[in-house]
Amino acid sequence: MAAHEQFAEDLALYALDALDVSQKTAVAQHVETCVACRRELESLRGDMALLALSASGPHPPQRSRDRLMSAIAAERPTVASERAASSGWFGRLGWIAAALVLVTGALLVNDANEKNAGLQREIAGLKTKTAAQEAELERVRTEFAAFQGPEARSVTLEIPKGQPQPQGKAIYVESSGKLLFVANNLPALPDDKAYELWVLPSKGNPVPAGVFRPDAKGSGVLVNPPLAAGVSATGFAITVEPKEGSAAPTTKPMMVGLVS
Amino acid sequence: MASALRQNAQDDAREVTARTGGEASVLSLVAGVRARDESAMAALYDRYSSLVYAVALRVLGDTGAAEDILQEIFLQLWRKPAAFDSARGSMGAWLSVIARNRSIDALRKRKPETDIEDVVLSVEADFADNADRGRALVKIREVMRTMAGPQRSALEMAFFEGLTHTEIAERTGEPLGTIKTRIRAGLLSLRAAVAG
Repeated sequence: MAAHEQFAEDLALYALDALDVSQKTAVAQHVETCVACRRELESLRGDMALLALSASGPHPPQRSRDRLMSAIAAERPTVASERAASSGWFGRLGWIAAALVLVTGALLVNDANEKNAGLQREIAGLKTKTAAQEAELERVRTEFAAFQGPEARSVTLEIPKGQPQPQGKAIYVESSGKLLFVANNLPALPDDKAYELWVLPSKGNPVPAGVFRPDAKGSGVLVNPPLAAGVSATGFAITVEPKEGSAAPTTKPMMVGLVS
Repeated sequence: MASALRQNAQDDAREVTARTGGEASVLSLVAGVRARDESAMAALYDRYSSLVYAVALRVLGDTGAAEDILQEIFLQLWRKPAAFDSARGSMGAWLSVIARNRSIDALRKRKPETDIEDVVLSVEADFADNADRGRALVKIREVMRTMAGPQRSALEMAFFEGLTHTEIAERTGEPLGTIKTRIRAGLLSLRAAVAG
């Protein structure tokens, strides 16, 4: 399958990020859906790499290597502290000696070094922020991994007929109580009302599974609302409730979906 | 003349060998990094840092800024070794494109737009060993050397200076269409030279 000829030149510029914004968006959208052009884009990036190989220059200084390895060592989370805690007086004396060296060094710093220290603090702050963001991303990935597992069951909730159709999708892992619910085309609600999701158990009354209000486009999402693990769900339902939620449904369900 | 060219080729090959290190398996080193083996990371750095640094320095023209890019890229590799997909091409090619993109971001003083996980490329040429890389570099430099001046200039302005085709057209006074054609043809000629 050949790439589209009309995109050929733009693909090369897109690989180099040398297109203007509007053209960039058009190519990005096309590449999303066209496998042949996506492959050609990857090849063009490969060609870019060849061009990069033509660059030559001095080797990086040794301090760059030291800096990297120090940064990597600094990311070891617990080993250093555990070692310090178990090393007794010798270890502590070592730390005290190191601290004395640092204090002595600190007395000798000049203005330039102080500025450098400020920059280092700024970098450290940014690193911490980046690490926190990565941890959050990892947490979200872990959460969503459960919804792709063999235990995850997917149920579609919808009103029988009508336009536009509100629709909800619930993905539920019974053993862990993890639940992802996404709804679209929901009618707007008065300020004092919200939608409430219910788990319909095999025995007993509906179990509340979270309250949400749709956004301006009528979309709403619930991710892992507080829910006891092991509730055997036969289905899910949505009702309109007071915005703080109800312990039991007070209105007729507007959407119901049964586990098939 | 011929012997001078041959000497240049040998020098280039030696340079690549020096810049990319020995031939221990990249995959085994990446596996080591995944297992949090710092010595594996050091080996990858020793192998590819010169390439990354050369690209960053060429784009930025400032050793401090190039060192920052070097640090940033290898730290990302340490944190996300799974981002490298060996099935798509060599690590050197992958890193060099990341280095170029990150350097352009820095040149434009904008927030980094390139995540290493987003850079997907494929290279037909096999850079499995230093001899292959050396031969490729010789061919690449020859293509660049013999490329028509305006074409090489357009390609380098886009690649190393991060200019858009509109900016290149304004700078050179050439029509936009001509610039587009030159850039694509330039990239394809590199591909053809290495594949041939």
